Amino acid sequence: MSDKVSTLTDTTFDEVVNSASAPVVVDFWAEWCGPCKMIAPILDEIADEQGDAISINKLNVDENPATAQRFGVMSIPTILVFRDGELDKRIVGAKGKSALMAEMGF
Amino acid sequence: MSDPKIHDVIILGSGPAGLTAAIYTARANLEPLVIEGEPSSTGDQPGGQLMLTTEVENFPGFPEGIMGPELMMNFRNQASRFGATFDTAKASKVDFSARPYEIWTGDPEAAEPTYLAHSVIVSTGATALTLDVPNEQRLMGHGVSTCATCDGFFFRDHDIAIVGGGDSAMEEATFLTRFAKSVTVLVRREELRASQIMQDRALANEKIRFLWNTEVVDVVGEHSVEKLIVRNNKTDETSDLEVTGLFVAIGHRPNTDLFEGQLEMKDNGYLVTDAPSSLTNIDGVFACGDVQDDSYRQAITAAGSGCTAALDAERWLEANIHA
Repeated sequence: MSDKVSTLTDTTFDEVVNSASAPVVVDFWAEWCGPCKMIAPILDEIADEQGDAISINKLNVDENPATAQRFGVMSIPTILVFRDGELDKRIVGAKGKSALMAEMGF
Repeated sequence: MSDPKIHDVIILGSGPAGLTAAIYTARANLEPLVIEGEPSSTGDQPGGQLMLTTEVENFPGFPEGIMGPELMMNFRNQASRFGATFDTAKASKVDFSARPYEIWTGDPEAAEPTYLAHSVIVSTGATALTLDVPNEQRLMGHGVSTCATCDGFFFRDHDIAIVGGGDSAMEEATFLTRFAKSVTVLVRREELRASQIMQDRALANEKIRFLWNTEVVDVVGEHSVEKLIVRNNKTDETSDLEVTGLFVAIGHRPNTDLFEGQLEMKDNGYLVTDAPSSLTNIDGVFACGDVQDDSYRQAITAAGSGCTAALDAERWLEANIHA
C-alpha cells in the first residue's frame, strides 16, 4: 500500500472526513473481495500522483461495520468522495483508472 | 502510433483461456502481449470470471481446492515468467481487414491504432447477464447484486432472493446462506440446469427454498431493495416477495461486440471456430475460451482451448511469417 493512503476506522472516520481541506476519497473494501484487490493498486497510484491534492483512505468493512452501514454500503468495492465533509460522489464496483478518476470528479 | 512494433501474437483477454495461450506462446518465444482488460465487477476484468468466485473445487491439480483469484494470479505469474507482457487496458476497436492486424485501446476514434500484430488470439470471455427489469439498474449496489462473493456479507440475517437455475446460481445460493437468514431461489423453469452435485447441495440446505416457474417483474425500493414483484409463468399470478437483496445469476453473454462485422458469430453472439481447431473466419485470428463456447464454459475447458489457440497461432506464424 502507498504511504500516501491512510486507513480509517469507525472511530477516526468523522474526524478525518470533516477536518480535511482536500477532497476525501474512502475505499470500502474487505480481504475476501476480488474486485477490491484489483482497484487497490490503482488507488495507490492515484495517491502517489496526487500527493496532498486528494486524501485517499481505505476502510475495512469487516472491522468497521458501523461506518459501512451508516452510508448504506451494500456492495464492495464502494468508493465515496467527500468534499467539505459532505458526501459528493458514490462509485459502486471496480473500474479502470481513467473511468474512476472521471467518476470521482477529478 | 504509440507502439510501432509488429507483435507476433496479441492476446485479448486474460481469463484461463487467454493466460494459457500466453503461457504456451511465451514458452515458444513469441513474446505475447496480453491486453488483459480493466478492473470491473461484471466478469470482463483481468483474470476473468474466476475473479468473482471463491473456492474452485474442480480445477485439476488442486486436491484441496483453490480460491479463484489466487488461481488466476498463478496463471498470470506463470505466463509472465516466460516473457508474456501485459497491458491493463481493454481493446476498444480492432481492424482485421488487412495485415498486420490493428488494435486500439483507449479512444477508438484515434487515427492510429495502439498495437499491430501478425496474429491475434481472442479470449475476451463473457459477462454476467442482468434481468433487464425496470428498477434493477437503479438499485444495483443497493440490494441488487451480480456478485454474491462481493456483497453477500452485507446481508447478514436478511431474507434475500437469487435468480437462476444453473451451477453459478446454486453455488451462490449456497454461499449466501453463510450470511442470510433465508435464500429464495427463483427459477424460471420447473427444474434446475445445475449439475447434480450443486443441485444436491442446494436442495439439502435448510436455509434455501425454491420458487419454480417464477420470474421477477420488478424490484421495489426507494433507497434500497424492499421487495420484489414476481410472476408465476404458469398461472400468470403476480405476488410480492419480501426480500432486501436480489442476486442475479442467470448466465452470461459473450464479449463480442468489438468483433461485429469482422468475425463470424452464431445468432447468440458467440464466435464461430473451425472445431476442433481455434481458427476463425479470418486467417491468423484465433478464438478460445468462453467467447466461443456456449456449451461447456468451464475454467478447464477454457484453458484447454487456450492451449489449442496458442498451438494454432504458433503453426500459423511458422508457415506465414517466420517461414
